[in-house]
Amino acid sequence: MRPLRSGLESRLEKLCFNLRRMRVFRHPVEPFACRRYGMLTRNAFIAPMATSIHIAAPPGVTLTRSADTLTLHLSGEWSMRHKGAATARTLSSLDAPPKPRRIEFESSDLGEWDTSLLTFFERVLDHCRTRGIEVDRSGLPPGVQRLLELAEAVPEKKDARAAAARESFLTRIGNATIEALRSFDEFLDFFGRVTIAFWRLLRGKARFRTSDLMIEIQDCGANALGIVTLISYLVGIILAFMGAVQLQQFGAQIYVADLVSIGVTRDMGAMMTAIIMAGRTGAAFAAALGTMKVTQEIDALATMGISPLEFLVLPRVLALVLMMPLLCLYSDFVAILGGTTIGVGMLGINFTVFVHEAAYATTMTNVLGGLFKGTVYGALIAIAGCLRGFQCGDSSSAVGDAATQSVVMSVVLIVCACGLFAVIFNILGI
Amino acid sequence: MAESPSHPKRGTPHIEARNLTMAFGSFVLMRDLNFVVRHGDIFIIMGGSGCGKSTLLRHMIGLLEPAAGEILYDGENFTKARPEQREMMLRRFGVLYQSGALWSSMTLAENVGLPLEEFTDLSREDIREVASLKLALVGLKGFEDFYPSQISGGMQKRAGLARAMALDPEVLFFDEPSAGLDPISSRLLDDLILELRDSLGATIVVVTHELASIFTIGNNSVFLDAQSRTMIAHGDPHELLAHCDNPVVHRFLTRGEDGEKVSRPHG
Ligand SMILES: Nc1ncnc2c1ncn2[C@@H]1O[C@H](COP(=O)(O)OP(=O)(O)O)[C@@H](O)[C@H]1O
Ligand SMILES: [Mg+2]
Repeated sequence: MRPLRSGLESRLEKLCFNLRRMRVFRHPVEPFACRRYGMLTRNAFIAPMATSIHIAAPPGVTLTRSADTLTLHLSGEWSMRHKGAATARTLSSLDAPPKPRRIEFESSDLGEWDTSLLTFFERVLDHCRTRGIEVDRSGLPPGVQRLLELAEAVPEKKDARAAAARESFLTRIGNATIEALRSFDEFLDFFGRVTIAFWRLLRGKARFRTSDLMIEIQDCGANALGIVTLISYLVGIILAFMGAVQLQQFGAQIYVADLVSIGVTRDMGAMMTAIIMAGRTGAAFAAALGTMKVTQEIDALATMGISPLEFLVLPRVLALVLMMPLLCLYSDFVAILGGTTIGVGMLGINFTVFVHEAAYATTMTNVLGGLFKGTVYGALIAIAGCLRGFQCGDSSSAVGDAATQSVVMSVVLIVCACGLFAVIFNILGI
Repeated sequence: MAESPSHPKRGTPHIEARNLTMAFGSFVLMRDLNFVVRHGDIFIIMGGSGCGKSTLLRHMIGLLEPAAGEILYDGENFTKARPEQREMMLRRFGVLYQSGALWSSMTLAENVGLPLEEFTDLSREDIREVASLKLALVGLKGFEDFYPSQISGGMQKRAGLARAMALDPEVLFFDEPSAGLDPISSRLLDDLILELRDSLGATIVVVTHELASIFTIGNNSVFLDAQSRTMIAHGDPHELLAHCDNPVVHRFLTRGEDGEKVSRPHG
């Protein structure tokens, strides 16, 4: 390691020498201490390296009083690596009686300094301003004086900080509630607009590219088969297993077949597929549209007189609505297969008997009901994803938020819809 | 400036803003904007960073709705237009966004061809032909089948211009066209803008704070001031430089190089 390090050091020294020549650093730089200097590049402040061979005197402040003037003697080396113990001590002694009327600085013993010294002064100045203590800055190093002037050249923008003020707990609950209601409102509004777009599609007026629809269909149909297979199979196994443990006590293992086939076709198949698609496709919709928002691609469509709602949202909603029933059906099948594995493998039921029992329990009503639910979930997921994408802010972090929010919104909507369906189906006696 | 006889409307009012007020919620960004852009003008929207130039542009192309006031195109009210009417008006616009805003899932030829596909009856081959021609105009011959991610930022911007020109628009809007371009490319873009105005007879609206561009291409302008929240100058930038006695405008147009020390505004 040794040669590498000294190579680095010599390069840094050279850099510091150049910087000094360019008058970036005005005070002398001693050997090896150069690593402590940060570098301001075009995009970022590269922080100075943490380790240094150089051993420095700690920063210190001594106070002397004379009449109503307080003098702060600054000494040692002020670096951000040292903790600001001096600050708190000084500020509290400023308040100790007798209260000074004027503050001076003495900095002949001051070693090297960096931003930590500036923040110290900022706090002292702030402190004095609120208490009406006069400050004489002439004793400060000239560099500090200039930097402080620069920082004070533009007065603080008052309203900029107000937004960040902390709110009380109740206020936050209230705001969150209003926010939740508003987001439901927005969902309904968007739902309505998508419905109108569909109506235009049926009348042959809506415009989107068939190739886009095909790509979406492939993505949320065929490409989703793998994960749907895995999850559905496991859910089938879990359902059968949980049922088996209970039913075995009564010697009624055969009813595991009924349990799995009814549970899956009626609810679980659609539900599991929907949750998978919310995490997979809904989030992808939100991210894709959010990115298009950030790069102004959506604006470009709108100003060209092409409705983004028709061009971007319709193919996605259509694809998911078309694919969800197929995926649900497939998921039902795979989950029952999973149940069969348990029935045959663990409970030792004859394969034919199990399949016969499952087929007997499966009714058309349940299957169609499940597919209908799945289709509705699909519409909800697609609309929630596209809505969050459209509402995305103008930065790349907003895209991530949009994806997250779309999943949360989809899952909440799916569960609410599921409950609603349970009630309605019950009333209808299905 | 040579008057070209081939564009009879040249010099007559094209775009008009009447008492336009722009606001985000209760935060008023600019109020009482009144200006007229004539046919064939190259109209510069200038002002300091963050004063609302892009926002004004977004109002002019209907991406944002004014809090008050209205915008007219050829005497036709754009702000109050019904959706179908507005869609018709939008087809006469071409917009070049700050970053190009090409549709990333389509090739350059498809990008340029999409508006043609949507709004004309041209055959597939003709569309391809036109798209190639437009790309050639901006120096991107042979890049038809590239995706936006495969070309550089400057090229994306030029491709965006080709797309904006696809439907031979009557008004072209540019948001900081030279941002991120090297001096030569930005000079070439200026030449292209002048060429477009003269050959297509288009009216051109440009947001920029590049002084060289302002004086090379601009013959009309509006100056937005963040401090007073309204416009403080309107007219030919050359004349503003010569005659405008508003210190803010004067400092801007001379880069603050004469007169007192420039104080930093909030930004
Ligand atoms: N969607 C928005 N919501 C709230 N404020 C905005 C929004 N967009 C822009 N602003 C504010 O409007 C001001 C002007 O922005 P902009 O028009 O982009 O400035 P510029 O003149 O640099 O193009 C900015 O200060 C910004 O804070
Ligand atoms: Mg801007």
